[in-house]
Amino acid sequence: MSKVLLDKKDMERAVTRMAHEIIEKNKGIKTICLVGIQRGGVHIANRLSAKLKEIEGSDLPVGTLDISLYRDDLNVRKDQPVVRRTQVPCEINNKKVVLVDDVLFTGRSIRAAMDAVMDLGRPSAIQLAVLVDRGHRELPIKADYVGKNIPTSMNETVAVELIEDGEEDRVVLE
Amino acid sequence: MSLRSKDLISIKDISTEEIELILETAAGFKDVLGRDIKKVPALRGKTTVNLFYEPSTRTRTSFEVAAKRLSTDVINITTSTSSVVKGETLLDTARTVLALGADIVVIRHSCSGTSHFLAKNIEASVVNAGDGTNEHPTQALLDLFTIQEKKGRIRDLEVAIVGDILHSRVAKSDIYALTRLGANVRLIGPPTLVPDYLKDLGAKVYFDMNAGLEGADVIMMLRIQLERQGKGFFPSTHEYFRNWGLTAARVSRAKDDAIIMHPGPMNRGIEIASEVADSSRSVILDQVTNGIAVRMAVLYLVSGVKA
Repeated sequence: MSKVLLDKKDMERAVTRMAHEIIEKNKGIKTICLVGIQRGGVHIANRLSAKLKEIEGSDLPVGTLDISLYRDDLNVRKDQPVVRRTQVPCEINNKKVVLVDDVLFTGRSIRAAMDAVMDLGRPSAIQLAVLVDRGHRELPIKADYVGKNIPTSMNETVAVELIEDGEEDRVVLE
Repeated sequence: MSLRSKDLISIKDISTEEIELILETAAGFKDVLGRDIKKVPALRGKTTVNLFYEPSTRTRTSFEVAAKRLSTDVINITTSTSSVVKGETLLDTARTVLALGADIVVIRHSCSGTSHFLAKNIEASVVNAGDGTNEHPTQALLDLFTIQEKKGRIRDLEVAIVGDILHSRVAKSDIYALTRLGANVRLIGPPTLVPDYLKDLGAKVYFDMNAGLEGADVIMMLRIQLERQGKGFFPSTHEYFRNWGLTAARVSRAKDDAIIMHPGPMNRGIEIASEVADSSRSVILDQVTNGIAVRMAVLYLVSGVKA
């Protein structure tokens, strides 16, 4: 059984609200740097960047962060993660880095992402924006901006489907 | 997608998809090399052993840097200082190395097939860093990566490989890799060093340097192995340079944007003129940097395959 949790319109509204919250919390976008976690987070970060431009009128480059080399399960996974590009076009020293991911679950990816960001420089702060928070944290990590909180059970999966990947915009619970 | 084998022994034995996976992974590692902190924790707690039975500075150093950037511990064993001089066999040395806790063994040996033999007999991943006159797969992979980076593609490029093809494991791995990815390979050198049967590998053979370089996109020079001097392959290094040395005049036969490569170490004035080696077309130092990224990719990928 699968259930649609967010459709295209819901997703757009969630991104719009998160963009407003980012601006409010940081008093604009001058001090921030958007970094999407490969791969799903990059698409959400691009959408946030476009929305922020719409509201604030200035371009905000999006960095991409590959966390596979920082994962804590490299030794135990059956399939080795594919290494993708890490390209952060803005200086992150003394900037507020807003990490963007599609789904927040155990928090382990975010731990890895924070280590990866710290190796790139010393940001003044790291914030976290996620489209979906499905709960079940295994580390003391909390998102600053959440598109939608979705209570799930451990055996369910949350799939974020995006037009960037050739699918229809929606979030599905399976 | 991952590699099928725990080892990287030869280009001939891996698929085109595996070559592409290694090159894509290397692009991610090149990003790491450009940062202030040039190290990732991916292989923390693992141990890499460099087992070198032949002198090597750059390949060994490159593997050592790559392994360290991945946070593995590195042990270098060179034969002149090891118990090999006391008569220990290769397999006994390797077993000892494993008992010390090695996860990856990088091996160079003067006998073709050594790394294949080792890979079949030990559980650790084995990476071939050059075996006799057979193959030197990571050199070919870094050459592919550099060509791809500079030219944006490999398919349909005209690549001229010049020099001692007969004894060169670099050339062999390069021929396999380049033809596989759709480049047109030309081999240039004296008939004693460019045997006619190499045509069977899908390459064109030229004995005339100017004709061979005409319209080339990439010129790959090979080191003339001076230890072969006086063995009848060519009369003198001076005469070699006159016929097959890469000079500015000869470079002008190639395309205007042709790049010049050399696996190093170079013999200036024998196979390549200094003005050419130091020119803006030369990507020789890019090859060195890319070598680290490619070897990081190889070490990372082989370690992900469970034996």
